[in-house]
Amino acid sequence: MTYPILISIAAPLVFLAACNGNPEPQQYGPEPALPKPQRGLLPSMKIAEPASWGDQRPAVPPGYAVAAIATDLQIPRQTLVLPNGDILVAEGRGGGAPTLTPKDVIAGVIKARGTSSVQGGDRLTLLRDADGDGVYETRTVFAANLNAPYGLALVGDKLYIANQDALVRFEYRAGQTTASGPPVKITDLPSSINHHWTKALTASPDGLFLYVGIGSNSNITERGMPAETDRAMVWQVDARTGAHRPFATGLRNPTALTTQPSTGQVWAAVNERDEIGPDLVPDYVTSVRAGGFYGWPYSYWGQNVDTRVRPQDSQKVASAIPPDYGLGSHVATLGLAFSAPTMGASFANGLFVGEHGSWNRNPPAGYKVIFVPFAADRPTGPAVDFVTGFRGEDGKTRGRPVGVTVDPRGALLVADDLSNTLWRVTPVAGVAAGASAASSTPSR
Amino acid sequence: MLEAKPLHPLHAVLLASAFPLFLGALLSDLAYAQSYEIQWKNFASWLIAGGLVFSALAFLWALIALLRHAPRRGLPLVYCLFLLAGWILGFVNALIHAKDAWASMPEAVILSVIVVAIVGASTWLGFSTLRAGATR
Repeated sequence: MTYPILISIAAPLVFLAACNGNPEPQQYGPEPALPKPQRGLLPSMKIAEPASWGDQRPAVPPGYAVAAIATDLQIPRQTLVLPNGDILVAEGRGGGAPTLTPKDVIAGVIKARGTSSVQGGDRLTLLRDADGDGVYETRTVFAANLNAPYGLALVGDKLYIANQDALVRFEYRAGQTTASGPPVKITDLPSSINHHWTKALTASPDGLFLYVGIGSNSNITERGMPAETDRAMVWQVDARTGAHRPFATGLRNPTALTTQPSTGQVWAAVNERDEIGPDLVPDYVTSVRAGGFYGWPYSYWGQNVDTRVRPQDSQKVASAIPPDYGLGSHVATLGLAFSAPTMGASFANGLFVGEHGSWNRNPPAGYKVIFVPFAADRPTGPAVDFVTGFRGEDGKTRGRPVGVTVDPRGALLVADDLSNTLWRVTPVAGVAAGASAASSTPSR
Repeated sequence: MLEAKPLHPLHAVLLASAFPLFLGALLSDLAYAQSYEIQWKNFASWLIAGGLVFSALAFLWALIALLRHAPRRGLPLVYCLFLLAGWILGFVNALIHAKDAWASMPEAVILSVIVVAIVGASTWLGFSTLRAGATR
């Protein structure tokens, strides 16, 4: 055995030890540890116990400040920063899959305790900070009567919204605070059952294609194979005609998509399957290969067969691509954004990932925003925490991060769908040269 | 001299209902194992839930009857214990059926067979033996 091999085995152990008894296993990176599947009579469970923030705030690294720029939203999920600095917030709660089994009845009651009781807004809220002081003093409803809007993308003057059942488009004029009319439908999206209802969205740099993330209709085919038609995949949609084709498949729940600015490559954050143990299966971020198959439901992380699926398909298993970068099991990655130099030198090059946290792990994992450093357009090294404190030392949960968005003026927006707050994390003066100067002269 | 006393009609309905429900669950399990058609598993899960409701009520009735009427031994006690064992294993079977898709197999079929056997025996005992309170 050679030293490099020894080091590659030892390094994760050292990192784990450095976590000070942090019970999360070392599952960062391209080759996460995958223990044997296990499941007792009951799945391991820990439901968030909601509490209000009070005077507390999420924790951010030294040299950064955090502020709540909008509260009392109606289930904020994803956000979009418009060219003039205005922020659009997609608010809503989708789903409503029918209860098929006694388990669905019981699990529905239990899981609801860990989420907000507010009704979803089904709308886009616009926030404006006209003087660039970090206070978003103007707040309007940009568009209402949408259907659980989630994915957002702006290409030129076309504002695309992925509702839970359709991809729609608004014409956007700079400076608008309300949409000029109802949206135009580009195409229907698969919405039958909608177990995983969120429709993530990103656009190709030239704006010709839109990419829509469509989650599976079950954890692991327990609603039957026919329910999985057109599910667990990313669609490529022609922005003009609405024609679509599967771009990549086997992605269980691609809850966030983003386009890498330097390469135009589509990246996805994917939530993997539950109920085969606290450390299976790692959620991940990956560059999405055209035509690629990523395993679900037949296998995970390449060729690890999931025996819960019948009939099995060894050919599909053989073709499964392992994803690029694991983030740990049951962290529930829901937000994805490439950073920019305005975020400060330590966090200039990489991916921010919002981790909502899951019911299926005790002790829980996630409930934070992390940063995956990049070099040469690829993830490198272990991820680091960026925004934490959503789950307090007292075991209470004050917030659950969903969408993360980088404001090119030098801020990270974090939507929190438990406290219904939009958080804005900014480098304080000196951390990012030019960031404060840029924010004092908004391009309006 | 002991004298046979029939089950109270409502007790009889509760007891008689549990067996076909658990039997239906077993048949549905077998159908799922044959076809991989998930709806059979959904049927099995609900049939077990129904069997648990009726067998729990039948057990409570039998237990109360047992406690109210000495002697608390012999076949009335065995009937009671069989119902309890059937219910406990039935509940475990419900949890196993709550595992997603094929994860419940093959334990689901094995437990369904055992539960059908025990609940079937309980039903036999319940309808054919002397009960507590028969001699007063």
